[in-house]
Amino acid sequence: MGKGRKVSGGVTRRSFLKVAGSGAALTEVLTGCRPSAEVAVAEEQPQVATKVSVTLRVNGKSHRLQLEPRVTLLNALRHHLHLTGAKPVCDRGECGACTVLMDGKPIYSCMLLAVDADGHEITTVEGLAQDGRLHPLQAAFVEKDALQCGFCTPGFIMAALGLLRENKNPTLEQVRAALSGNICRCGVYTRIFEAVLEAAKKMQGRA
Amino acid sequence: MAATQVRGQRIPRLDAPAKVTGRAKYTYDVDQTSDPRLKGMLYGAILRSRLPRARIRRIDTSKAEKMPGVRAVMSLVGEGAEVQYAGEALAAVAAETWEQAKDALSAIEVEYEPLPFEVDTDRAYEKGLRSSPRVERRGRGEDGFDEADVVVEATYRTPVQIHTPLETHGSVVVWTGPSQVVVYDSTQVLFSVRDSLARELNLPPENVQVICEYMGGGFGSKLWMQHYTPIAARLSRKAGAPVKLMLSREEDFLATGNNPDAVQTIRIGAKKDGTFVAFSRRSYGTGGVGGGADLPAPVYRFPHLYLEHVDVTTNAGPAAPLRAPKWPQAAFGVDSAIDELAAKLGMDPVELRIKNDPSEIRRKEWQIGAERIGWKEKWRPWGSHKGVLRRGLGCGASAWGGGGGPGSVAEVEIFRDGSVVVRLGTQDIGTGTKTVVGIAAADGLGLTPEFLRSDQFRVYIGDTRLGRSGGSGGSTTAASVYPAVYDAADKALARLKEFVAKKLGVPADRLVSQGGRIFDKQNPTKGLTWGEATRLLPTEAISQRGEWRPGMTGSGVAGCQFAEVEVDTETGIVRVVKVVAVHDCGAVINRLTAESQVIGGVTQGISFALLEGRLMDWQTGLMINADLENYKLAGAFEVPEIDVVLLDMPERGVIGLGEPPIIPTAAAIANAVANALGVRVRELPITPDKVLKALGKVPS
Ligand code: FES
Ligand code: FES
Repeated sequence: MGKGRKVSGGVTRRSFLKVAGSGAALTEVLTGCRPSAEVAVAEEQPQVATKVSVTLRVNGKSHRLQLEPRVTLLNALRHHLHLTGAKPVCDRGECGACTVLMDGKPIYSCMLLAVDADGHEITTVEGLAQDGRLHPLQAAFVEKDALQCGFCTPGFIMAALGLLRENKNPTLEQVRAALSGNICRCGVYTRIFEAVLEAAKKMQGRA
Repeated sequence: MAATQVRGQRIPRLDAPAKVTGRAKYTYDVDQTSDPRLKGMLYGAILRSRLPRARIRRIDTSKAEKMPGVRAVMSLVGEGAEVQYAGEALAAVAAETWEQAKDALSAIEVEYEPLPFEVDTDRAYEKGLRSSPRVERRGRGEDGFDEADVVVEATYRTPVQIHTPLETHGSVVVWTGPSQVVVYDSTQVLFSVRDSLARELNLPPENVQVICEYMGGGFGSKLWMQHYTPIAARLSRKAGAPVKLMLSREEDFLATGNNPDAVQTIRIGAKKDGTFVAFSRRSYGTGGVGGGADLPAPVYRFPHLYLEHVDVTTNAGPAAPLRAPKWPQAAFGVDSAIDELAAKLGMDPVELRIKNDPSEIRRKEWQIGAERIGWKEKWRPWGSHKGVLRRGLGCGASAWGGGGGPGSVAEVEIFRDGSVVVRLGTQDIGTGTKTVVGIAAADGLGLTPEFLRSDQFRVYIGDTRLGRSGGSGGSTTAASVYPAVYDAADKALARLKEFVAKKLGVPADRLVSQGGRIFDKQNPTKGLTWGEATRLLPTEAISQRGEWRPGMTGSGVAGCQFAEVEVDTETGIVRVVKVVAVHDCGAVINRLTAESQVIGGVTQGISFALLEGRLMDWQTGLMINADLENYKLAGAFEVPEIDVVLLDMPERGVIGLGEPPIIPTAAAIANAVANALGVRVRELPITPDKVLKALGKVPS
């Protein structure tokens, strides 16, 4: 999926094709540069989207949902399952804050439609702690202070978990590479690297 | 302060477990599962002007009103109104789903009459869209240059920056009665949001409750109530349901504040021996449709000083303070010019700074930093580095206030079962305030770090139902809340001691609480454990309020940073190899989180130096990089080793640290790049094209 820019207020990339088809949204975009009077015409009323049935398997539990096909996995988790650990930050695959695991691999949940997650095993940050005990990666984030505001944290933890599942003993450079799709504006990357390396050590010791 | 303390140790932040498990509910996250009052919550959205300047001829919301799921629609501007920037709010909707709300926006008809605009700072300046100059003079002003043996002059440029907190701006509003409203807001200023909203809605402030227990960053852009809060409140009232109105990333870029750019022409005059005599700076910059692009005076000693500033008006969103507002830009200019002077004088730039630095603390810090980066061994004069990959060293200075003051009312409650509850209506914007509050209480009560992190110790912040406290801006929070909480804890302990005194038959003033025990200081074996002591309480709990006490805080911090960079002269790519950051903040409260503050400041400073900048298309008047792909922020590959040296000066009291670490980074990096190359890039961000231009490898 391309990184389509938002072309006008209220038109997201997911509705763009449909809306652009009517011509109005494009008019609006183009007229933004034209020095003459213009009218941004309203859309034809969008069709009431029919809902489809989706079964999401999240943190080991199955949930049957009726969703519009355009609902992203991120919004399905947050709005429909009330799992708000994965964060909406850019909503277009640029920041990693919405990272979850799908079949063990980190993905941006804002870039996947919920219907396409049907039948896959999703793990969110809420699924890591067992019986109130933090996962070693979570514990390392706490002890190393690998967070400030914490809004990016679930995404970093899930991306790091994806790495540690593939590579139990990563180098610093491999950690950097695995986390290069995540943004932390508070700027605690160096702490995060420490936490991930520490957790890798702990997890190996345990295994 | 007590003799043995939690203060100064390394305490993992108290809210970290909630944040790493996803349990923490930010404004963006709250819903009926975290607050049952939010059942039936709608999603709000705002339609924004897509033209940089226009008259609104017509705005028609009738079609949107009939859209599926739509429950409220409001025009925010009247017909004939003039919008001043792309991104200005025009109308708002609330609908049952987020997707429906976005649909409804596209059904609102807006007829614009485009008007002439200007978004480019230089073009606006030329056109005269500017304030009259503001002038500040010290000594003989510019006449002072006649005392100089050597003068350097150059122009430095920095771009407009956007705060880009990861949690976008927004509020969630629920009316709990006809004149009672509860607001979750992602804010740095709980009480000021409460009071502003109460004014807007014509309610007594007590009828407005503002909550922000967790907040996903603000960096200055959430320091006042913004437009979306009253919009959410009105939508909610109109729809008769709670409304969550969180801005999109694009809206955050366009309409929630920005850090003004700066064009500074700096002149420095010095004696042959390097003693500074005069400084002048003519600057202009744009705070969009607002002002506020002025810059502070340099921190170095200049007997003669002349500052002249002009604010330029452009059709862009208004400025907002960004972490150490104005200081990183100013430092980039001043410290770059000082290195240019050092090169001209043939002097070591660290020595030149020490010679002209009025701050005793910073003079010491220059030495520490130079040692840690290996200045003596590694530094070579400009132009002496050869080869494709060239390394260089540079440095820069910071300074900040960081004092606190009265205005916080904290409460400490001790329960008979030994547990302790601390309450204060402050907010933790990622700086670790909640943990600072906890440490202050633990220190006031004589408790241990282990107790502080146990279930028996609970800290509540982030709610205007708790005791009043100030905003989190200007790095004033720590020095404002620590004394108030300590005071409350101290008073609560005094009451507990009365019962212990009776039990032990020892006068209360001979009792000491330390390490989880209360004992007779003349006979330390005679005492009770914390749990034994609290069991003496005749009631379920005792509670005391505390306020800011003088004598526990200070203000005025120094700080300096050193950077080592490696520049690839073929590609123009700058890699920061290492940053040494030497800072002081009086008494260090929590060494772990204080270091994190410095690391965060340096990392944001690297972003400013090498990556960030708003790009406006002067022909369309639109921002062309209003997303996180094209507005570049430092990521995992850009961050070097960061060596933090934090001086603990308990005798100076508690002083804030949040802002100063971002100030000198860009200056230090720019100086290191110039040192590596022998030519200077005088404009941030230092991107590969500018490096290659400076090297003469591509035409400028
Ligand atoms: S929110 Fe999905 S990548 Fe940013
Ligand atoms: S901790 Fe705030 S964005 Fe990473």
